Amino acid sequence: MRFLCIYKPGTTESNTPPTPEEQAKMGKLIGDMAKAGVLLSAEGCLPSVFGSRVRLEPDGNFRVTDGPFPETHELIAGFCLLQVKTKAEAIEWTKRFVALVKDGESEVRQLHDAPAG
Amino acid sequence: MVSETHRAIQGVWSIESARVIASLARIVRDVGLAEELAQDALLAALEQWPEQGIPDNPAAWLTAAAKHRAINLLRRGKMLERKHAELGYDLDSQNEPERLLARLQAELDDDVGDDLLRLIFTSCHPVLSTEARVALTLRLLGGLSTDEIARAFLVPESTIAQRIVRAKRTLAEKHVPYEVPRGEELEARLASVLEVIYLIFNEGYSATAGQDCMRPALSEEALRLGRVLAGICPQEPEVHGLVALMELNASRAAARVNAAGEPILLLEQDRGRWDQLLISRGLAALAHAEALDQPPGPYLLQGAITACHARARTPDTTDWARIAALYEQLGALLKSPVVELNRAVAVSMSEGPAAGLALVDALLPEPTLRHYHLLPAARAELLEKLGRFAEARTEFERAALMTQNARQRERLQQRARSCGRG
Repeated sequence: MRFLCIYKPGTTESNTPPTPEEQAKMGKLIGDMAKAGVLLSAEGCLPSVFGSRVRLEPDGNFRVTDGPFPETHELIAGFCLLQVKTKAEAIEWTKRFVALVKDGESEVRQLHDAPAG
Repeated sequence: MVSETHRAIQGVWSIESARVIASLARIVRDVGLAEELAQDALLAALEQWPEQGIPDNPAAWLTAAAKHRAINLLRRGKMLERKHAELGYDLDSQNEPERLLARLQAELDDDVGDDLLRLIFTSCHPVLSTEARVALTLRLLGGLSTDEIARAFLVPESTIAQRIVRAKRTLAEKHVPYEVPRGEELEARLASVLEVIYLIFNEGYSATAGQDCMRPALSEEALRLGRVLAGICPQEPEVHGLVALMELNASRAAARVNAAGEPILLLEQDRGRWDQLLISRGLAALAHAEALDQPPGPYLLQGAITACHARARTPDTTDWARIAALYEQLGALLKSPVVELNRAVAVSMSEGPAAGLALVDALLPEPTLRHYHLLPAARAELLEKLGRFAEARTEFERAALMTQNARQRERLQQRARSCGRG
């Protein structure tokens, strides 16, 4: 089973980088997931000032809105893609991640898999 | 409330069980006993964590709980009794409990990687039958239940249970030393581990429509075990080669069967459905293997061959010359007529059907290919491309007779009919 774990910080976008200690702990967790053979991918997003939102309006025109975006509780700061045997395992790894970032929420979503037959 | 904690414990167990068993096995030097102690620790967790909460370091808690149980058993002479009864050999009963107790009480620094390595090598020991190695590995390293393993292999649960019990007993009776092999022995033992992992991977791909979800889970678990091994043995090119091979094979999972569950040939697959993430992981693993700059082994070569397909956006951009050269290297290692046949097909794609046909014809006397339908099928394809339709038709019909698979037979007969104008 694969799960996308989407991290949303929930507070004002911080422009201060993480401390070396925080980085080390996060690096260790990512490393642990890789060593456990469950980590397919993990990435962090640049601040939303580098991002855009794309929408199709009812009149048929595209609306592209450049960041930064104020509604920080919905902003995605990063994700990881896990391949695990159960949702319970995905949640356990995500708890360890959230314990490090302390702030915000990580949404765990199961992905469609290739049909078995 | 209780079910939330139970789910949490299940998640923790998935992540930590192999490591806990591995730590204990290092101390007690018996995988069967290590697993029992780990299970005891799990029971303790199920009893205590709903009230106390999940500990900050669950693996450490479980390992400590198992160690305490081991110490208690030892003090009550229970462990010694068990060893005598099951193993029937004389322990140096003066010193053994003392040494064991000392090991249990020591706050040894875990080298988790080393512990897991010992566990993998032991559960894949050649003294065990292949079936036993597979079952034991899935159990101790995969944390799969007996029922899950049984469903995956389509056998009764009792069959797997017995297989695991006997495997543990064999390891104890044969006094298999609990260690990581060294030097020359390492290469042979590593080959045994890789064989088990690849077997489990391929078993998962025998899945057909409507079957138990445990079968694809097997391939995922094999791939995971390969990745774990690559992390602890980064200096072994064949480990990375096998991981590359598995990642790349897995990348085609969504494209390999149609809606009716029928297999689609690689060259006919919709490449838009190939998983590019797995492809880049596979290519990265292959690059890692090649960077170790050792003479290539069979898994690396097979990985490199499948990488040639993975890199081609469309079938006609496939580097067939490279594939042919890789099959030649593989053939030198494995001396297999099937490999030579695959090489012939690759040569035909890169140099033309006449060149390929010459190589296929050289295989006709080969006794092991006498009932191998892909030989006449390949010959037929090449004859057809050369405009020798009557001969092609004969070969397609011959191939159709040889295959057990009804759909394949139908395809081959259809090909024969379309040569009928010859």
